[in-house]
Amino acid sequence: MMINPIPPALIFIAGALFIPVFRGSFKQAWMLLITISGMLNLIYTAPGIYWTMNFLDFELVLFRVDRLSLLFGYIFHIISFITIIYIMHVKKNVEYVAGFLYAGAALGVIFAADFFSFFVFWEMLTVGSVMLIWQRRTKKAQAAGFRYLMVHAFGGLVLLAGIIMYINEQGSLAFNYIGLDGLASLLIFLGMGLNCAWPLLHSWLTDAYPEATIGGAVFLSAFTTKTAVYALARAYPGTEVLIWIGVVMAAFPIFYAVIENDLRRVLAYSLINQVGFMVVGIGIGTNLAVNGAIAHAFNDILFKALLFMSVGAAMYRTGSANATGLGGLYKSMPLTALFCIVGAASISAFPLFSGFVSKSMVMEAAAHDHMSTVWLVLLFASAGVFHHAGIKIPYFAFYSHDAGHRVKEAPLNMLVAMGIAAFLCLFNGVFPQFLYSILPYQDVHYEPYTATHVFSQLQLLFFSALAFVLLLMSGIYPSEIRAVNLDADWLYRKGGRLFYNLADRAANGLNAIGGRLFLDKIPGRLAGFATNSPFFFCWALLAPYWVFLGTDKKESLRGGLHRSLQSGFLVFGLMSGAVSVYLFLLFLSKGVF
Amino acid sequence: MEKKHFFDKPKNIRRFLQIFFIAIVMLLGFDFLIHRHSFFAWEKWPEFYAVFGFVACVVLVLIAKLVLRPLVMRGEDYYDD
Repeated sequence: MMINPIPPALIFIAGALFIPVFRGSFKQAWMLLITISGMLNLIYTAPGIYWTMNFLDFELVLFRVDRLSLLFGYIFHIISFITIIYIMHVKKNVEYVAGFLYAGAALGVIFAADFFSFFVFWEMLTVGSVMLIWQRRTKKAQAAGFRYLMVHAFGGLVLLAGIIMYINEQGSLAFNYIGLDGLASLLIFLGMGLNCAWPLLHSWLTDAYPEATIGGAVFLSAFTTKTAVYALARAYPGTEVLIWIGVVMAAFPIFYAVIENDLRRVLAYSLINQVGFMVVGIGIGTNLAVNGAIAHAFNDILFKALLFMSVGAAMYRTGSANATGLGGLYKSMPLTALFCIVGAASISAFPLFSGFVSKSMVMEAAAHDHMSTVWLVLLFASAGVFHHAGIKIPYFAFYSHDAGHRVKEAPLNMLVAMGIAAFLCLFNGVFPQFLYSILPYQDVHYEPYTATHVFSQLQLLFFSALAFVLLLMSGIYPSEIRAVNLDADWLYRKGGRLFYNLADRAANGLNAIGGRLFLDKIPGRLAGFATNSPFFFCWALLAPYWVFLGTDKKESLRGGLHRSLQSGFLVFGLMSGAVSVYLFLLFLSKGVF
Repeated sequence: MEKKHFFDKPKNIRRFLQIFFIAIVMLLGFDFLIHRHSFFAWEKWPEFYAVFGFVACVVLVLIAKLVLRPLVMRGEDYYDD
C-alpha cells in the first residue's frame, strides 16, 4: 500500500486541535480515529528518513524511522489508544487535548532526527503534562504543577545550553549518538536525566504525578520518562555512569514505596525503580542489554498504566487513593481487582506475565559482563518491587481491612481499557516472540523460559511474599500512616524558603542600612524592583499557560506564583538569567543562528 | 444482611494460606531437582533465591520502617503554610 508517511506528532497535534469541534460519540470516534490512523501510518511506513526541511543552513528531519524509534512509536500509539478509552467518561475537552498534545510531543521527540525539532517537542512535553496536572483543579495540584513546570523549565534550559554548545562544536543539527565527552554532552546528558527521573533529579515525578487527574496520571506514567529513556538509548548507550545511576534508581525508591500511603505515589516510586532497570541496560550498552532496556520500556508502559488505571478506578469510585482509605474493594470491584493483580504480576515479573520476559534480559546482560554488584542490587530491586508494587498495591486497595466502601464496579470504558492493557501484559508474557521481533538488535537471542529462570524467579517471588505474609501477621509490617515523606523536593520546597529567608534578611538588612546611610527613596525603589521583578518576569513568561486554567483561578495562581517565587525560585531565575546571558554571548561570538 | 465474600470466611483465608505454604515447601524441594545454568557461583548455593528473596524483603521493610520513616516522615500538613 502506498501512502505518504506523515510524522505521527503532526497527526496527534493536528487531531488534538479539532477535538473541541466534535460532540458526544463523534468526539470519541474522532479521538480513536486519531490513534488508529496514526498506528496505520506507522505500520505502513518503511524505515527511512522522511520530512527533511532546510532551516537556514541546517537540515531538520521530522520523521526518522528506524527500529528504535518505531518500537517507541508503536507503544506510544497503543497506550494513547488505551488511555483515551479509559477517560472517555470525562466531559471536558482540556484533558483530551492535553493528552494528545502530550502524546504528540512524545512522538515528535521519538521521531526527530535533528536537535531543533527534538528540543521543541521536548519542551512541548512539559506543557502537555503540566496541563494534565493542573486539570485536577485542586490547590495541591496547582502547586505541584507549578513546581513541575519550574523544574522542567530548568531542565530544558540545561538541555538547551548543552545542545547549542554541541551544535556549535559539531556544525550540524543531527541528533545521533553523542557519548559523554566534554561539557556540551554533559549538559545534554543531565537535561535528559532530569526527565528520566535520576536520583535527586527525580522528585518532580513523585511530587506531581499523584496530584494529576485520574486519567492524567496514566498518560504521565507513559511518556516523559520513556521519552528520556529513548533519548538516552539513542545518544548515550554504553555510558558506564548510567549503570550506577540506574542501580541507585532501581534500589532507593522501593524503601519510600514501602512507607508511602498514597498508592499513586507508591506507583510513582515504582516507576522510577523500573526505569532504573532500563537505565542500567542502556549503560551496559551491549546489544542484549539495550534490547532488554527497550523491551522493558515497552512492557513497563503497559503494566504501569494498568496499575495506575486500576488504582485510578478505585479512586474514581471511592474518592481516595490512600491505603488508609481503601481496602476490601474486591467485593464491589472484582474486575478492577483482577486487572490490578495482572498489572502487579507483570511488574513483579511472574512467569507468563510481561515483566518476566524483559527485566531478566537486563540482568542477564549484567551477568554476561560479570557485574556482580549490579546484578545483586537488581535482584534486590526485583524482590523489592514485588513487595511494594506486586503485593502492596492490590493488597491495600482491594483486600486488607474492609474500609466499608460499597461502590459500583468501574465504568465500562475503564474496564475495557484495563482489559486491553491486561491482555497485552499477558500476551507479551506468553508470546514474547512478537515483542522480541521488533527490538532494535536482531542478532542476539534471548530465551526467557528456561527451567533455571522460571524456578529461580518463582523462588524469589514466593519467598518475598512469605516475608510479607509473616511480617504482616507478626505486626512488624509498618502500618499505613497518613503523612508526608520528605524527599529531594524538600530542597526547593522548604530549603529554598530557608535560603530565601536568609538571603532576604541579609539583603534587606543591607538595604535598611543603605536606606539609613543614603537617601531612603532610591534604594527603597531598587529593593522593591529586585524583589518583584522575578515575579513579573515569570508571570509574563507563563501567561500563555495560564490561559488553560480559566480566568477565575488566575488571581489565586498569581498569588501562588508570588509565594512560590519567595520560596526559592530566585535560584531558577538566576539560572535562566545566566543561561540567557550565556546564549547571548555565544550568539555574539559565533553567530550560530 | 450483606452477602459474605470470599475472604470474609476464615476458612477461605486458611485454605489460601495453606496452598501458599504448600507452594513454598514445593519450591524449596524443587531446588534439588533442577539443574541450574548460572553465571555466578552463589547461584548454585542451596536455596539461594529463596533465602535472598526472604532476607531482602525483611531487610527492606526493617530499614524502611526503622531508618527511613523516622528520618523523613512529617505531618500531613508539613508543606501547607
